[in-house]
Amino acid sequence: MLSRTADNLYWLARYVERAEYLARILEATQRLTALPLDTVGESNEWESAVATAGCANSFYAIYDEANEENVTDFLAFSIDNPSSIRSCFEVARTNARAVRTALTMEMWDAINGTWLELKRYGNGPTSREEFSRYLRWVQESSLRFDGSAYRTMLRNDAYWFTRLGIYLERADNTARILDVKYHMLLPAQEHVGGPLDYFQWAAILRSVSALTSYHWVYRESLKPWLVADLLILKEEMPRSLASCYENIVRYLDDIGSAYGRQGPSQRLARGIRTRLQNSRMDGIFQNGLHEFIQEFIADNNRISQTVTQQYLA
Amino acid sequence: MPVAFDEMKGTDGAVRPAYSELSNWLSEVRPDVLDYRRREAELVFRRIGITFAVYGEADAQERLIPFDVIPRILAASEWTTLTRGLEQRVKAINLYIKDIYGKRECLRAGIVPEDLVFQNPVFRPEMNGQKVPHGIYVHVAGIDIVRVDADTFYVLEDNARTPSGVSYMLENREIMMRLFPELFARHRVAPVDNYPDELLATLQSVAPSSSPGEPTVVLMTPGVYNSAYYEHSFLADKLGIELVEGRDLFVKNEIVYMRTTQGPKRVDVIYRRIDDDFIDPLAFRPDSALGVPGLMSAYQAGNVTLANAVGTGIADDKAVYSYMPDIVKFFLGEEPILKNVPTWRCREEEHLSYVLDNLEQLVVKEVHGSGGYGMLIGPSADKATIAAFRAKLKSAPKNFIAQPTLALSTCPTCVDSGLAPRHVDLRPFVLTGRDRVRIVPGGLTRVAMKAGSLVVNSSQGGGTKDTWVLAG
Repeated sequence: MLSRTADNLYWLARYVERAEYLARILEATQRLTALPLDTVGESNEWESAVATAGCANSFYAIYDEANEENVTDFLAFSIDNPSSIRSCFEVARTNARAVRTALTMEMWDAINGTWLELKRYGNGPTSREEFSRYLRWVQESSLRFDGSAYRTMLRNDAYWFTRLGIYLERADNTARILDVKYHMLLPAQEHVGGPLDYFQWAAILRSVSALTSYHWVYRESLKPWLVADLLILKEEMPRSLASCYENIVRYLDDIGSAYGRQGPSQRLARGIRTRLQNSRMDGIFQNGLHEFIQEFIADNNRISQTVTQQYLA
Repeated sequence: MPVAFDEMKGTDGAVRPAYSELSNWLSEVRPDVLDYRRREAELVFRRIGITFAVYGEADAQERLIPFDVIPRILAASEWTTLTRGLEQRVKAINLYIKDIYGKRECLRAGIVPEDLVFQNPVFRPEMNGQKVPHGIYVHVAGIDIVRVDADTFYVLEDNARTPSGVSYMLENREIMMRLFPELFARHRVAPVDNYPDELLATLQSVAPSSSPGEPTVVLMTPGVYNSAYYEHSFLADKLGIELVEGRDLFVKNEIVYMRTTQGPKRVDVIYRRIDDDFIDPLAFRPDSALGVPGLMSAYQAGNVTLANAVGTGIADDKAVYSYMPDIVKFFLGEEPILKNVPTWRCREEEHLSYVLDNLEQLVVKEVHGSGGYGMLIGPSADKATIAAFRAKLKSAPKNFIAQPTLALSTCPTCVDSGLAPRHVDLRPFVLTGRDRVRIVPGGLTRVAMKAGSLVVNSSQGGGTKDTWVLAG
C-alpha cells in the first residue's frame, strides 16, 4: 500500500485514541476535584492533568494558571492546542478523508459522524453536566471507531497499521499517567496510605478504566504497588504497557511476515516486550520507578520513529 | 424566449411514453412520502460525505449538491441515437488532437484557423511529434448535451481534459434504488454500475506496450482540497486502484514509481484528475507542488500512459467548439450525428457585429471559461450588466463566442411548492480504449433548481438527478 495511506491510517488511529485518553484524564480529574478539599489535599489536579496530557509547555505559553476553566478549554476545545480533543478529531477526520478508499464505510461513518457532531458542542460546555456528557460522547465515539475497524476491516496491512497506531499511542498514554503520578505509587514503608491516597489511586485506575479489573485481578483493597503492577506488567490488562507491547509485537510481526521482511521496528519492539516480560515490580522499584518509566517513554518514541522510517515515509 | 420542451409532457401536455409509468406513480404517491424520501436522500449524501468545494467561499468548505429525487428518463431509441453521435464525436476529437500534434492536415486544409491552436494557452508544444500509447488522447470524455425538442439534441460543450461528475451518476442511482425500489420495479432501467469496470478495462487497455506484466493503474488527485476530491476517492475505491498524490510518485530513469510500505512500485497508467499545468513542475508550472518532477520525461519516453493525454485542451476549448462539425466531417467523412448549438465566433467581424446588435437575446461565453463563470445571459441581464459586457467584448472579441438563448428542455422536479418543470442538461461519459469505445447507458443530469434559470452548474446552485435509460 502507499506509504502515505499507511501513515494516514496510523495517525488517524492515534488521534482517535488520544482523544479518548484526554477525555478519560479530564473525567478522572473532574471527579477528584469534586471531592472535598481536605480529602484531596493541596495538590493541583488540573496542573497534573496538563502534565499527564503531555502539553505543559504549550499550555503555559497561553495561560498563567492551571484551573478548571483553562485546562478544560485547552485540553478539550482549544483550536490552538494541536492535541486538544477537538483538534484530535479534526485531524483524524482530515486523515480519514485523505484515505477514504482504505476505510470501510462503517469506519468512515464513525469518524465523519463524530466530526459532524463535534460542531454541536461548539467552543465549550455551558455546564459541568454538559461537559460530562461531552466526555462520555468522546469515549463512545472512540469506541465506535475502534469497534467498526475491528469488525469491518480486512485483516491486511491497512488494519495492522491502524492497530499499531492505537497501541503505540496507548502505551505512551499509560506511561504518561505513571510518569506524573509515580510518586503516589511507590511502596510506603510506614503508612498504609490515607484516604487522600486512596482516591488518587482510584483516579489513576479510573483513567485507564481499570478500577473493576483491579479488584478481579488482586482481590484486595488498593495498594499502590499493585496499581503499578497492573498498569505496567499485567498482560491481561488491556491498557498496561505489557499488553500494549504484546500487540505492537504481534502487528509488526503480521506486517513483517506479509511483506516477507523483518526490520528494525520488529527487533526493537521485541526487545521492549522481553524486558517487560522479564521484569518484576520489586526490581523496578529498586532501580527506580521513575527512571523505568522515563526510559520506557523514550523507547516507545524510538519505535514510533523507526516505524515511520521503515514504512511510512 | 421560446417555450421549453418538457420531457414528460412535451409541448402539448400529453405525457410522453417514456414517462407514462413515472407520471402514474407521481399521481399516486403522497406528497409527504416524496418529501420524506427527499430528506432521507439528503441525509445519506451528507453522511457518506459526497460533498464538493466551491472555490472562493470561505464559509462553505464542503457543500452538498442538491439532489432531486425525480428521475430524468430517456427512451431506448433516444439513447441509441445519442450513443452513435457521442462515439462519432469522440472518435473525431481523438483524430483531431493526433493531427494537431502530428501532421497538421486539418490546419493546412483550413478546417481550423492556425492561431486558434498555436496561440491557445492550452496548446502544448511539448506534445509536438510526440507519440502517445496506442494513439489515444482522450480516454475519458464528458460531452455536455442539451435538448430543445423531441428530436433535437445539441452538444453544448466537449470536456476532453479531466471531466468530472461520474460519481454522481453512480451514487444517484445507488440512492434511488435504495429509496424507490417500487419505482424501479415498474420500469426496465438499464444499469450503470458497470462503469468502474468499463473504466478500468479502458485504462488497462492503454498501458504502454513496454510495461512488463499486469499493468499498474493509479488515479492521481491534486488532493483533499480539490473540489472533486470526493469523486477521486470514490472512483479509486470502485476501481480498486491506489489514489495517489504527486508526492506519492517519483521518477527514476524515466520510469514512474509510487512509494509504498514495501518500497517503490512501478506505475504504468495514470488516470490523472489534475490539470496539465500542474503535473510536472519541471515541464510546466515550476511552482506546482502537486505534480511529479520528471513525469513528462517518463511520458515522452513512452514508459507511462497519462489518461487523458497532455494537451487535449485544444479540443474542448470553446473557440474550437464551433469548428467541431467540420472536424467530424474532415476526419471521418461523415455528417455529424449530434449537432452543435448555432454559434457566432466573435473573432469574425460579421459575427461580432451581429452579436453586438443582439446582446439582449444571446448567451455570450468566454472561450477559456468554465463552470458558468464569466458569461452573459442576455435575456436575464440588466442594462448595466449588458453595457459592461459590451465593453469587455469589444476590447477582446477573440475571447468570446455567442449562442442563442436555448430553451433547454425541462423535467419535473421537486421544489418547495411541489413538482415543477426545471431546465436540465446531460453529461454522458465516453470511454475510449485500445480495443473499443464504451458508453454506459446514463450520465449526469444537471438541473437548474431555480425557476426559469438555465444555469445548471453546481458552482452556481445547480442540482443533479438520476438519469434513466429505458431498456428497449
